[in-house]
Amino acid sequence: MLLSLPLAAQNSGYLTVGETQKVAAKRGAVVQTKIPMTVQQGYHVNSNTPADEYLIPLKLTWKQTGALEAGAVAYPKPTLEKYEFSEKPLSVYTGKFEVTANFKVKADAPAGPGAAVGQLRYQACSDRACFPPKTVEVTVPYTVQ
Amino acid sequence: MSFPRLIAAAIAALSLAVLSTGCSSTTSVKAATVKPDGERKTAPDFALKDPEGKIVHLSDYKGKVVILDFWATWCGPCKIEIPWFMDMERKNKDKGFEVLGVAMDDEGWEAVKPFAQQLGINYRLVMGNDQTAQMYGGVDALPTTFLIDRSGKIAAVHVGLASKKDFEDGIAELLQNNSAPGIVRDDQSGRAAVPAAGGPK
Repeated sequence: MLLSLPLAAQNSGYLTVGETQKVAAKRGAVVQTKIPMTVQQGYHVNSNTPADEYLIPLKLTWKQTGALEAGAVAYPKPTLEKYEFSEKPLSVYTGKFEVTANFKVKADAPAGPGAAVGQLRYQACSDRACFPPKTVEVTVPYTVQ
Repeated sequence: MSFPRLIAAAIAALSLAVLSTGCSSTTSVKAATVKPDGERKTAPDFALKDPEGKIVHLSDYKGKVVILDFWATWCGPCKIEIPWFMDMERKNKDKGFEVLGVAMDDEGWEAVKPFAQQLGINYRLVMGNDQTAQMYGGVDALPTTFLIDRSGKIAAVHVGLASKKDFEDGIAELLQNNSAPGIVRDDQSGRAAVPAAGGPK
Protein backbone atom coordinates (compact mmCIF):
# COMPACT_ATOMS: atom_id res chain seq x y z
CA MET A 1 0.00 0.00 0.00
CA LEU A 2 1.44 3.34 -0.97
CA LEU A 3 0.37 6.74 0.24
CA SER A 4 1.59 10.00 -1.18
CA LEU A 5 2.24 12.54 1.55
CA PRO A 6 4.04 15.85 1.10
CA LEU A 7 7.64 16.04 2.24
CA ALA A 8 9.96 18.93 1.80
CA ALA A 9 11.93 18.79 -1.43
CA GLN A 10 15.68 18.58 -0.97
CA ASN A 11 17.57 20.93 -3.23
CA SER A 12 21.32 20.58 -3.61
CA GLY A 13 21.99 22.90 -6.49
CA TYR A 14 21.56 21.36 -9.88
CA LEU A 15 19.32 18.47 -8.82
CA THR A 16 16.27 18.59 -6.59
CA VAL A 17 14.83 15.53 -4.87
CA GLY A 18 11.06 15.90 -4.75
CA GLU A 19 8.41 14.65 -2.36
CA THR A 20 8.91 10.97 -1.69
CA GLN A 21 5.93 8.67 -1.44
CA LYS A 22 5.28 7.37 2.07
CA VAL A 23 5.35 3.59 2.38
CA ALA A 24 2.73 1.84 4.50
CA ALA A 25 2.76 -1.95 4.57
CA LYS A 26 2.44 -5.05 6.71
CA ARG A 27 5.31 -7.20 8.01
CA GLY A 28 6.89 -9.31 5.27
CA ALA A 29 5.40 -7.21 2.47
CA VAL A 30 7.46 -6.14 -0.52
CA VAL A 31 7.03 -2.46 -1.28
CA GLN A 32 8.46 0.08 -3.60
CA THR A 33 8.47 3.85 -3.74
CA LYS A 34 9.34 6.31 -6.43
CA ILE A 35 11.72 9.14 -5.65
CA PRO A 36 11.15 12.06 -8.03
CA MET A 37 14.10 14.14 -9.12
CA THR A 38 14.44 17.25 -11.23
CA VAL A 39 17.58 18.47 -12.93
CA GLN A 40 17.77 22.20 -13.47
CA GLN A 41 17.16 23.29 -17.05
CA GLY A 42 20.36 23.61 -19.06
CA TYR A 43 22.15 20.99 -16.96
CA HIS A 44 22.43 17.22 -16.93
CA VAL A 45 23.62 14.62 -14.46
CA ASN A 46 25.44 11.44 -15.39
CA SER A 47 23.22 8.39 -15.40
CA ASN A 48 23.88 5.40 -13.15
CA THR A 49 25.86 3.92 -16.04
CA PRO A 50 27.98 6.67 -17.61
CA ALA A 51 29.92 5.66 -20.70
CA ASP A 52 33.28 6.95 -19.45
CA GLU A 53 34.99 5.29 -16.49
CA TYR A 54 36.03 8.68 -15.09
CA LEU A 55 32.52 10.08 -14.99
CA ILE A 56 30.72 9.89 -11.66
CA PRO A 57 27.45 7.93 -11.79
CA LEU A 58 24.18 8.84 -10.11
CA LYS A 59 23.92 6.45 -7.17
CA LEU A 60 21.47 6.01 -4.32
CA THR A 61 22.69 4.13 -1.25
CA TRP A 62 20.91 3.56 2.05
CA LYS A 63 22.49 4.60 5.34
CA GLN A 64 19.72 3.29 7.56
CA THR A 65 16.52 1.49 6.69
CA GLY A 66 14.99 0.80 10.12
CA ALA A 67 12.19 -1.75 9.84
CA LEU A 68 12.79 -2.18 6.12
CA GLU A 69 15.26 -4.35 4.24
CA ALA A 70 16.66 -2.49 1.26
CA GLY A 71 16.25 -4.15 -2.10
CA ALA A 72 17.49 -3.11 -5.51
CA VAL A 73 17.38 0.49 -6.61
CA ALA A 74 15.95 0.82 -10.13
CA TYR A 75 17.16 3.71 -12.22
CA PRO A 76 15.26 4.97 -15.24
CA LYS A 77 16.50 4.47 -18.77
CA PRO A 78 19.01 7.23 -19.47
CA THR A 79 19.08 9.35 -22.59
CA LEU A 80 22.07 9.62 -24.85
CA GLU A 81 22.98 13.24 -25.43
CA LYS A 82 25.75 14.74 -27.50
CA TYR A 83 27.51 17.74 -26.00
CA GLU A 84 30.08 20.10 -27.41
CA PHE A 85 32.72 18.69 -25.08
CA SER A 86 32.12 15.02 -25.78
CA GLU A 87 33.20 13.08 -28.82
CA LYS A 88 30.48 10.51 -28.28
CA PRO A 89 26.99 10.81 -26.76
CA LEU A 90 26.86 10.68 -22.97
CA SER A 91 24.45 8.65 -20.88
CA VAL A 92 22.60 11.26 -18.83
CA TYR A 93 19.43 12.29 -17.06
CA THR A 94 17.84 15.67 -17.70
CA GLY A 95 14.62 17.31 -16.57
CA LYS A 96 12.31 15.20 -14.43
CA PHE A 97 12.88 11.51 -13.71
CA GLU A 98 12.20 8.97 -10.97
CA VAL A 99 14.37 6.48 -9.14
CA THR A 100 12.54 3.49 -7.71
CA ALA A 101 13.52 2.07 -4.34
CA ASN A 102 12.46 -1.45 -3.38
CA PHE A 103 12.06 -2.60 0.21
CA LYS A 104 10.77 -5.55 2.16
CA VAL A 105 9.24 -4.97 5.57
CA LYS A 106 11.12 -7.07 8.13
CA ALA A 107 9.18 -9.99 9.56
CA ASP A 108 9.87 -8.84 13.11
CA ALA A 109 9.37 -5.15 12.48
CA PRO A 110 7.53 -3.27 15.23
CA ALA A 111 4.34 -1.57 14.16
CA GLY A 112 4.52 2.18 13.74
CA PRO A 113 6.26 4.90 11.79
CA GLY A 114 9.89 5.19 10.77
CA ALA A 115 12.08 6.44 7.97
CA ALA A 116 14.67 4.98 5.66
CA VAL A 117 17.49 7.44 5.02
CA GLY A 118 19.77 7.29 2.05
CA GLN A 119 22.27 9.36 0.13
CA LEU A 120 22.06 10.26 -3.49
CA ARG A 121 25.39 11.12 -5.11
CA TYR A 122 25.41 12.83 -8.44
CA GLN A 123 27.54 15.00 -10.62
CA ALA A 124 26.14 17.70 -12.88
CA CYS A 125 27.40 19.51 -15.95
CA SER A 126 26.15 22.10 -18.39
CA ASP A 127 27.23 21.90 -22.00
CA ARG A 128 30.38 23.89 -21.20
CA ALA A 129 31.31 23.20 -17.57
CA CYS A 130 31.05 20.57 -14.85
CA PHE A 131 30.40 20.95 -11.16
CA PRO A 132 31.80 19.00 -8.21
CA PRO A 133 29.95 15.84 -7.20
CA LYS A 134 27.30 16.41 -4.57
CA THR A 135 25.48 14.22 -2.10
CA VAL A 136 21.91 14.89 -1.08
CA GLU A 137 19.94 13.09 1.62
CA VAL A 138 16.90 11.08 0.62
CA THR A 139 14.28 10.15 3.21
CA VAL A 140 11.53 7.59 2.69
CA PRO A 141 9.00 7.67 5.52
CA TYR A 142 7.15 4.46 6.26
CA THR A 143 4.55 2.98 8.55
CA VAL A 144 4.51 -0.67 9.53
CA GLN A 145 0.87 -1.65 9.93
CA MET B 1 30.99 65.95 -51.01
CA SER B 2 31.08 65.46 -54.84
CA PHE B 3 30.95 61.97 -56.27
CA PRO B 4 34.63 61.89 -57.43
CA ARG B 5 35.75 63.12 -53.99
CA LEU B 6 33.56 60.49 -52.34
CA ILE B 7 35.21 57.76 -54.44
CA ALA B 8 38.66 59.12 -53.66
CA ALA B 9 37.89 59.21 -49.94
CA ALA B 10 36.56 55.66 -50.03
CA ILE B 11 39.71 54.42 -51.80
CA ALA B 12 41.91 56.20 -49.29
CA ALA B 13 39.99 54.72 -46.36
CA LEU B 14 40.19 51.25 -47.88
CA SER B 15 43.92 51.61 -48.45
CA LEU B 16 44.43 52.70 -44.86
CA ALA B 17 42.39 49.78 -43.60
CA VAL B 18 44.40 47.27 -45.67
CA LEU B 19 47.66 48.84 -44.54
CA SER B 20 46.76 48.87 -40.88
CA THR B 21 45.51 45.29 -41.02
CA GLY B 22 48.75 44.24 -42.64
CA CYS B 23 50.77 46.04 -40.00
CA SER B 24 48.89 44.64 -37.03
CA SER B 25 49.25 41.09 -38.25
CA THR B 26 53.01 41.41 -38.41
CA THR B 27 53.72 43.41 -35.27
CA SER B 28 51.57 42.29 -32.35
CA VAL B 29 48.81 40.02 -31.20
CA LYS B 30 45.93 41.51 -29.25
CA ALA B 31 43.73 38.92 -27.59
CA ALA B 32 40.16 39.97 -26.99
CA THR B 33 40.00 38.22 -23.63
CA VAL B 34 43.19 39.66 -22.13
CA LYS B 35 42.60 42.56 -19.72
CA PRO B 36 44.61 45.75 -20.01
CA ASP B 37 47.61 45.75 -17.67
CA GLY B 38 46.08 48.30 -15.30
CA GLU B 39 43.00 46.16 -14.68
CA ARG B 40 44.83 42.98 -13.72
CA LYS B 41 44.90 41.70 -10.16
CA THR B 42 47.68 39.73 -8.55
CA ALA B 43 47.24 35.96 -8.63
CA PRO B 44 47.28 34.55 -5.07
CA ASP B 45 50.27 32.38 -4.30
CA PHE B 46 49.77 28.81 -3.07
CA ALA B 47 51.71 25.77 -1.97
CA LEU B 48 50.40 22.53 -3.48
CA LYS B 49 51.93 19.11 -3.92
CA ASP B 50 52.87 17.54 -7.23
CA PRO B 51 52.58 13.75 -7.82
CA GLU B 52 55.99 13.19 -6.19
CA GLY B 53 54.97 15.11 -3.08
CA LYS B 54 57.13 18.11 -3.93
CA ILE B 55 55.66 21.46 -2.89
CA VAL B 56 54.95 23.77 -5.81
CA HIS B 57 54.34 27.49 -5.33
CA LEU B 58 52.86 29.67 -8.01
CA SER B 59 55.68 32.08 -7.17
CA ASP B 60 58.11 29.41 -8.48
CA TYR B 61 56.95 30.48 -11.92
CA LYS B 62 58.05 34.07 -11.57
CA GLY B 63 58.77 35.72 -14.89
CA LYS B 64 56.78 33.22 -16.88
CA VAL B 65 53.44 33.36 -18.58
CA VAL B 66 51.34 30.67 -16.92
CA ILE B 67 48.12 28.89 -17.69
CA LEU B 68 46.69 27.85 -14.34
CA ASP B 69 44.02 25.28 -15.06
CA PHE B 70 41.62 24.05 -12.37
CA TRP B 71 40.26 20.73 -13.61
CA ALA B 72 39.13 17.23 -12.56
CA THR B 73 39.10 13.77 -14.09
CA TRP B 74 35.27 13.71 -14.02
CA CYS B 75 35.05 16.92 -16.03
CA GLY B 76 34.33 16.33 -19.72
CA PRO B 77 35.04 19.87 -20.90
CA CYS B 78 38.40 19.74 -19.09
CA LYS B 79 39.30 16.70 -21.14
CA ILE B 80 38.82 18.70 -24.33
CA GLU B 81 41.15 21.48 -23.20
CA ILE B 82 43.95 19.28 -21.84
CA PRO B 83 45.35 18.32 -25.28
CA TRP B 84 45.30 22.03 -26.21
CA PHE B 85 47.38 22.85 -23.16
CA MET B 86 49.79 20.00 -23.95
CA ASP B 87 50.23 21.48 -27.42
CA MET B 88 50.73 25.01 -26.04
CA GLU B 89 53.28 23.73 -23.52
CA ARG B 90 55.24 22.05 -26.32
CA LYS B 91 55.16 25.10 -28.58
CA ASN B 92 55.88 27.80 -26.01
CA LYS B 93 57.95 26.20 -23.25
CA ASP B 94 61.18 27.73 -24.56
CA LYS B 95 59.60 31.18 -24.70
CA GLY B 96 58.90 31.43 -20.98
CA PHE B 97 55.54 29.75 -20.78
CA GLU B 98 54.22 26.92 -18.63
CA VAL B 99 50.96 25.19 -17.90
CA LEU B 100 50.14 24.23 -14.33
CA GLY B 101 47.15 21.94 -13.85
CA VAL B 102 45.40 22.00 -10.47
CA ALA B 103 43.44 18.78 -10.05
CA MET B 104 40.31 19.09 -7.91
CA ASP B 105 39.50 15.38 -7.53
CA ASP B 106 38.44 14.39 -4.00
CA GLU B 107 40.05 10.99 -4.59
CA GLY B 108 43.46 12.62 -5.01
CA TRP B 109 46.33 11.15 -6.97
CA GLU B 110 44.74 7.71 -6.97
CA ALA B 111 42.31 9.05 -9.55
CA VAL B 112 44.51 11.66 -11.19
CA LYS B 113 47.72 9.70 -11.86
CA PRO B 114 46.23 7.01 -14.13
CA PHE B 115 44.18 9.65 -15.93
CA ALA B 116 47.25 11.80 -16.54
CA GLN B 117 49.20 8.79 -17.78
CA GLN B 118 46.38 7.77 -20.08
CA LEU B 119 46.28 11.23 -21.67
CA GLY B 120 50.07 11.64 -21.63
CA ILE B 121 49.88 15.02 -19.90
CA ASN B 122 53.23 16.75 -20.45
CA TYR B 123 52.86 19.64 -18.03
CA ARG B 124 53.07 19.83 -14.27
CA LEU B 125 50.13 18.84 -12.11
CA VAL B 126 49.42 19.65 -8.49
CA MET B 127 46.61 18.53 -6.22
CA GLY B 128 44.20 21.34 -5.42
CA ASN B 129 42.10 21.88 -2.33
CA ASP B 130 39.17 24.01 -1.21
CA GLN B 131 41.43 26.61 0.35
CA THR B 132 43.21 27.26 -2.93
CA ALA B 133 39.92 27.27 -4.82
CA GLN B 134 38.59 29.89 -2.40
CA MET B 135 41.63 32.06 -3.01
CA TYR B 136 40.68 32.03 -6.67
CA GLY B 137 37.06 32.95 -6.14
CA GLY B 138 35.56 29.56 -5.35
CA VAL B 139 36.19 27.76 -8.65
CA ASP B 140 32.89 25.89 -8.63
CA ALA B 141 32.66 25.33 -12.38
CA LEU B 142 35.36 23.31 -14.07
CA PRO B 143 37.36 23.96 -16.07
CA THR B 144 38.28 27.38 -14.72
CA THR B 145 41.46 28.63 -16.27
CA PHE B 146 43.56 31.66 -15.38
CA LEU B 147 46.02 33.19 -17.77
CA ILE B 148 48.74 34.80 -15.69
CA ASP B 149 51.23 37.33 -17.03
CA ARG B 150 54.96 37.50 -16.32
CA SER B 151 54.42 39.82 -13.39
CA GLY B 152 52.06 37.37 -11.71
CA LYS B 153 48.85 39.12 -12.53
CA ILE B 154 45.69 37.54 -13.82
CA ALA B 155 45.29 38.69 -17.40
CA ALA B 156 42.27 36.53 -18.29
CA VAL B 157 39.88 34.06 -16.72
CA HIS B 158 37.96 31.43 -18.65
CA VAL B 159 35.12 29.70 -16.78
CA GLY B 160 33.98 26.59 -18.60
CA LEU B 161 35.10 25.34 -21.97
CA ALA B 162 36.80 28.16 -23.84
CA SER B 163 38.10 28.40 -27.38
CA LYS B 164 41.61 27.23 -28.20
CA LYS B 165 42.18 30.42 -30.17
CA ASP B 166 41.38 32.58 -27.14
CA PHE B 167 44.10 30.80 -25.19
CA GLU B 168 46.59 30.95 -28.06
CA ASP B 169 45.99 34.65 -28.66
CA GLY B 170 46.21 35.40 -24.95
CA ILE B 171 49.48 33.51 -24.58
CA ALA B 172 50.94 35.18 -27.67
CA GLU B 173 50.03 38.62 -26.37
CA LEU B 174 51.49 38.01 -22.93
CA LEU B 175 54.67 36.45 -24.29
CA GLN B 176 55.32 39.64 -26.25
CA ASN B 177 56.04 41.33 -22.94
CA ASN B 178 59.52 40.11 -22.02
CA SER B 179 59.89 42.07 -18.79
CA ALA B 180 60.26 39.94 -15.68
CA PRO B 181 59.62 42.02 -12.58
CA GLY B 182 60.40 40.80 -9.09
CA ILE B 183 58.01 39.12 -6.72
CA VAL B 184 55.16 41.29 -5.56
CA ARG B 185 54.10 40.93 -1.95
CA ASP B 186 50.44 40.83 -1.14
CA ASP B 187 49.86 43.82 1.11
CA GLN B 188 47.33 42.07 3.32
CA SER B 189 48.70 38.55 3.65
CA GLY B 190 52.38 39.24 3.20
CA ARG B 191 52.49 36.22 0.90
CA ALA B 192 54.56 36.27 -2.22
CA ALA B 193 51.79 37.37 -4.52
CA VAL B 194 53.41 35.77 -7.49
CA PRO B 195 55.69 35.25 -10.34
CA ALA B 196 58.60 36.75 -11.88
CA ALA B 197 61.56 34.60 -13.14
CA GLY B 198 63.02 31.16 -13.41
CA GLY B 199 60.69 28.21 -13.52
CA PRO B 200 60.18 25.02 -11.64
CA LYS B 201 60.65 21.51 -13.01
